[in-house]
Amino acid sequence: MGVSENHGSAKTYILGFLFSLILTAIPLWLVIQHVMSKTVLTVTILLIAVLQLIIQFFFFMHIRDGEKPRYHVMALVLGAVMVFTIVAGSIWIMTFNSQVH
Amino acid sequence: MAQSAISMDAPQEHQHDTFKLLGFWIFLVTDCIIFACLFAVYAVLRTHTDGDLTGRELFEVKGFTAETLILLASSFTSGLASLAMHKGSKKQLLGWLTVTVLLGLSFVGLEITEFAKMASEGARISTNAFLSSFFTLVGTHGLHVSFGLIWMIGVMVQIARFGIDSLTKEKVTIVGLYWHFLDVVWIFIFTVVYLLGVM
Repeated sequence: MGVSENHGSAKTYILGFLFSLILTAIPLWLVIQHVMSKTVLTVTILLIAVLQLIIQFFFFMHIRDGEKPRYHVMALVLGAVMVFTIVAGSIWIMTFNSQVH
Repeated sequence: MAQSAISMDAPQEHQHDTFKLLGFWIFLVTDCIIFACLFAVYAVLRTHTDGDLTGRELFEVKGFTAETLILLASSFTSGLASLAMHKGSKKQLLGWLTVTVLLGLSFVGLEITEFAKMASEGARISTNAFLSSFFTLVGTHGLHVSFGLIWMIGVMVQIARFGIDSLTKEKVTIVGLYWHFLDVVWIFIFTVVYLLGVM
């Protein structure tokens, strides 16, 4: 069939699981210990969440599978643009609302 | 039962499989957009607590950490299930799916307990804007998990009856993708709702 399908191995699943546990423990510890200022902490834990998402995509969801062109990756990128627009746009526009009061 | 005698080797059949998987990825993207809207609402309303009953007072670190670990573990075991499937071991596949379902059930159980406890403390969906957006966001995720459990049990019944063939393989792959996706959404609930809430 000539399809280069990679279903992952036990090793990649275990690695992915370990990474996700570590990336859960770090932000939890940071928040409980209050080691940095609120803004830095917020940005840090959001970045860790994005890392965690990448781990799930590559180690568990095998995003690199499938034949080229990878339409599912294109769909995901379009989705990411929409998600960013909706969330960032809503937060940004609603800050004007709070300035009125 | 002359079902599922479909040959994977036929090229058209394979094309069809790829399209089905692509279709499911597109569904996941649209589901992402639903959650993005709910996250946007939550991000805007999280400070609108009308004085009391903030996240800091309501969220319990032990409870949401347990929920997170359980869901992460279930994502891992559903991965092990698909690994067992590609090895062709029906017994292992059913075993790991059972573990995944049990972990999913305990997650839903913990969440229901958490919601009931919050409601008994007076924190209901109608109490303030923050709680309305909280229950909508986290509740929608909980409903997704509950639906995923019913779906996964359905797939397990089919594997038990028909064994591992190209059709059941596809079904396990798709329900597995759905399950990992729910884990991704939960990571953001854990970070944005709970961690920022108790900060």
